[in-house]
Amino acid sequence: MNPTVARLTLRGLLGRRRGILLLVVPALLLLVSALASGAGGDERDLTVKILGQLGLGTLVPILGLVVGTGVIATEIDDGSIVYLLAKPLPRWQIVTTKLAVAIGTTWVFAAVPTLLSGLLLYGTRDGVALGYTVAVLVAGAAYSALFLLLGVVTRHAVVAGLAYALIWESLIGNFVAGARTLSVQQWGRSVAEAVAGDAAIGADVSFGVAVPLLLAVTVAATVLASVKLAGLTLAGDE
Amino acid sequence: MATITIDKVSRWFGNVVAVNDISMTIGPGITGLLGPNGAGKSTLIHMMSGFLAPSSGAVTLDGAPIWRNQQVYRQIGLVPERESMYDYLTGWEFVLANAELHGLAHPGAAARRALDLVEMAYAKDRRTGTYSKGMKQRVKMASALVHDPSVLLLDEPFNGMDPRQRLQLMDLLRRFGADGRTVLFSSHILEEVEQLARHIEVVVAGRHAASGDFRKIRRLMTDRPHRYLVRSSDDRRLAAALIADGSTAGVEVDGRERALRIEAVNFQGFTTLLPRVARDAGIRLYTVSPADESLESVFSYLVSA
Repeated sequence: MNPTVARLTLRGLLGRRRGILLLVVPALLLLVSALASGAGGDERDLTVKILGQLGLGTLVPILGLVVGTGVIATEIDDGSIVYLLAKPLPRWQIVTTKLAVAIGTTWVFAAVPTLLSGLLLYGTRDGVALGYTVAVLVAGAAYSALFLLLGVVTRHAVVAGLAYALIWESLIGNFVAGARTLSVQQWGRSVAEAVAGDAAIGADVSFGVAVPLLLAVTVAATVLASVKLAGLTLAGDE
Repeated sequence: MATITIDKVSRWFGNVVAVNDISMTIGPGITGLLGPNGAGKSTLIHMMSGFLAPSSGAVTLDGAPIWRNQQVYRQIGLVPERESMYDYLTGWEFVLANAELHGLAHPGAAARRALDLVEMAYAKDRRTGTYSKGMKQRVKMASALVHDPSVLLLDEPFNGMDPRQRLQLMDLLRRFGADGRTVLFSSHILEEVEQLARHIEVVVAGRHAASGDFRKIRRLMTDRPHRYLVRSSDDRRLAAALIADGSTAGVEVDGRERALRIEAVNFQGFTTLLPRVARDAGIRLYTVSPADESLESVFSYLVSA
């Protein structure tokens, strides 16, 4: 961790319009949860739906995308990354610091609202709130690493990230069972199921597969991002 | 004393060759990298600053490769052309952050010294986003100098600066050059380079066109054949009068343009000859326009010279 890189990254992340977006998405989850908490019906089923589909399925990938790309893609786009790179700093240190900021921010803006929503909807019963919170923590970390990598390797990181989250995970994952095996969301769901021990949280990927995949994706994305950043090319305007 | 060596370097982007087999050595003192827009100056500076790998050849600093070698940044200070520089930070925060990123023992003292050096201490508490172009350039300089580097690379540092800011920056660079630092700046403006650098490297269309003392190269530029398009009240009589003088190498009567195309070999001689000849012969001059005065054509001449 490099404290200066962390400070610059955090200020860049929270100081711009992105900061507002980071607040809007979790506020929406809390609002929906507050409205739904008085609606009656099967509370557990409702909680699983809201936390699973709105929280883990929507809030986390969106925040992961905004934060994961925001910690580095903006600097690469506007060229200010030069001031970090023209220093005798190991590239892995820049990447791990930025990843730590991204994960921390995702946790604050996604995991905390998820826990609050869970408690609001269903209290601590059956471990549903805790299960989803842990799921959001691990999925948030994986999304952050994945989207940070996209921010380093492509100028179209947000589009590529949206394509992954919306088309692969949500659309294809809905119809093709096999696609769910390669879905951060499903790995998170598997963790939620294991933590909660709740049959209501259905997961298509086993815990034994999900955890190694989550770890592998997070570590591989971080390593690859470090390698790519070390060879980052700033083509001239010419 | 630090020396950057560019050895048989080429760089291409797909089918486009941006830099073509260039070799040069940049030593202590001020060197101007001159060339028209799109000549490959930025590509060269990006390679010298470790942000672009040469497609072939080698770019080294005192023998050590620059590409993928973060340790060279202990010696190199870089002032990029782009303006983005964490606009949400104040000048002080920005320079301090740069000092910290270098791992300096006393980053606060180093930042203060660098801001004093560029005379920006008075505006250090303002956000850099509110700075004028010249102020930004000076704070960028402070960030590049904060670790007291032996090499300073500046990509088009005078772009968009007003004359006063330009003079201030020139003074600053002169001081660094006099200190024995290796200072390289790129520019597409002849006069800028002329005022600052005695040693220049000229790059045209990706090729190394000229290298050496500015005055010699300038003379070469001035002494090249100049072409003019001239319209007058009597083109043929004017042509006859001009060809009789030694400063005119050739005259062509362009019937379609209703003009004379004149090639002058002696620039000074021709510019005094033409009005005199016209007056003596009672010919009125309607148009006298240089046909090849663009910087590109001057540079092209150097390449072929």
